[in-house]
Amino acid sequence: MAYSDKVLDHYENPRNVGSLDKNDPTVGTGMVGAPACGDVMKLQIKVNDAGVIEDAKFKTYGCGSAIASSSLVTEWLKGKTLDQAQEIKNSAIAEELALPPVKIHCSVLAEDAIKSAIADLRAKQGK
Amino acid sequence: MSERKPIYLDYSATTPVDPRVAQKMIPYLTEDFGNPASRSHPYGWTAEQAVENAREEVARLVHADPREIVWTSGATESNNLAIKGAAHFYASGKGKHIITSATEHKAVLDTVRELEREGYEATYLQPEADGLIDIEKFKAAIRPDTVLASIMLVNNEIGVVQDIEALGNVCRANNVIFHVDAAQATGKVEIDLEKLPVDLMSFSAHKTYGPKGIGALYVRRKPRIRIEAQMHGGGHERGMRSGTLATHQIVGMGEAFRIAREEMASENERIRALRDRLLKGLLQIEETYVNGDLDHRVPHNLNVSFNFVEGESLIMAIKDIAVSSGSACTSASLEPSYVLRALGRSDELAHSSIRFSIGRFTTEADVDYTIELLKSKIGKLRELSPLWEMFKDGIDLSKVEWAEH
Repeated sequence: MAYSDKVLDHYENPRNVGSLDKNDPTVGTGMVGAPACGDVMKLQIKVNDAGVIEDAKFKTYGCGSAIASSSLVTEWLKGKTLDQAQEIKNSAIAEELALPPVKIHCSVLAEDAIKSAIADLRAKQGK
Repeated sequence: MSERKPIYLDYSATTPVDPRVAQKMIPYLTEDFGNPASRSHPYGWTAEQAVENAREEVARLVHADPREIVWTSGATESNNLAIKGAAHFYASGKGKHIITSATEHKAVLDTVRELEREGYEATYLQPEADGLIDIEKFKAAIRPDTVLASIMLVNNEIGVVQDIEALGNVCRANNVIFHVDAAQATGKVEIDLEKLPVDLMSFSAHKTYGPKGIGALYVRRKPRIRIEAQMHGGGHERGMRSGTLATHQIVGMGEAFRIAREEMASENERIRALRDRLLKGLLQIEETYVNGDLDHRVPHNLNVSFNFVEGESLIMAIKDIAVSSGSACTSASLEPSYVLRALGRSDELAHSSIRFSIGRFTTEADVDYTIELLKSKIGKLRELSPLWEMFKDGIDLSKVEWAEH
């Protein structure tokens, strides 16, 4: 399968790999996908007092496109408010990485991971 | 980006044509180009002689009579011809039930499926966790109307060798035609059709250093096995397979099988040493599992699952070596290997399997490079893997409720 240069770049040099303390009240954790389906994404965001995402980390079990999709969104998330983050669409991820149709589900998973992390954070903060 | 070609460790997908084979083929394209069916001039006679010499070589490798060898375009056609041909011929006398196994090549499985659409019934035996067919389960599957059983000799994904003799004896005792797909076996295991209770056997040239596009079907003469032709035309190959014979391809297959017969003993020893070296190196990586039995297995194959890394990203990471994830035929889809699933491997392990297949031109340096590459890339991918992190934290992944999508 041929990968776009951007997918290869994120795959070879993934940004923001790692974990944040999931018990930290300012950290939201999203874990989506299933091993049986061939991809699992863990995305974590940390917000400051102003409600702006100041850090994002990921770990992904999955194909090159899944790794690239999650790496890309960690870059996009930083500096955004939760409401802005909520607006990130899978189509934008797919377009940026030039994902082929068979890999669109990777971008869907990345969008799901963002929403899941935000939901976790909002539940924690009671709002 | 390196311009160098990756190290080839995918000999079970196909092999390069041995240079000795290629040399032997060339004159039959340009000079001795006659049609072997032409009886009225030396062009035809020369081509016919070359075809018959090759038939003799193929027969010798498997201890058959040359008259039992029918040329086809490859093992897929041989499997189709054997299974459909025998099922159609014998159905009226015996019945319409077929036995095969879930880990057969698609050329067998899909042919049997086609017969099911025609009204036949099929039993797909599940192998044991080691990949081998249980003889008692095989016996139990036989019915009064079982017309044919088809079991492969060497599995293409995991390299396990089935006990064809025992299975064939069960077929004989029950008057069931026995077909064996031996595409992955020639030059790797001894095949003696004088002794083996096998009625039909499929061969391929390109898995044994011959050219693509040529294969053969063994059709037993004593007792005589009949098949209905699937390809109709000029009545070539005693009516079993019409079509002008591809002399150069046939010459190539004959030469490839001659070399296999003469060199397989020493070659297999060398390849076994390389495989053992590879196995030892890879097992130094944590959470690594060998798929399929190691004893009943050709030395050329090593199929390994690396837990907590995903197969496609792994293939991407190891692009300096040419290997298969699952089988070459299915690697365009995102489904985990059906062979590994049939062995009861979890989806995760099936997804992260790599088939290394070693061959004639593999060196010790190739193997050592591969081990180091895998060690470093598996480490990198596990750093990225949330599953590896959870495993290291002592979480039982089978108890996690995943958000399936």
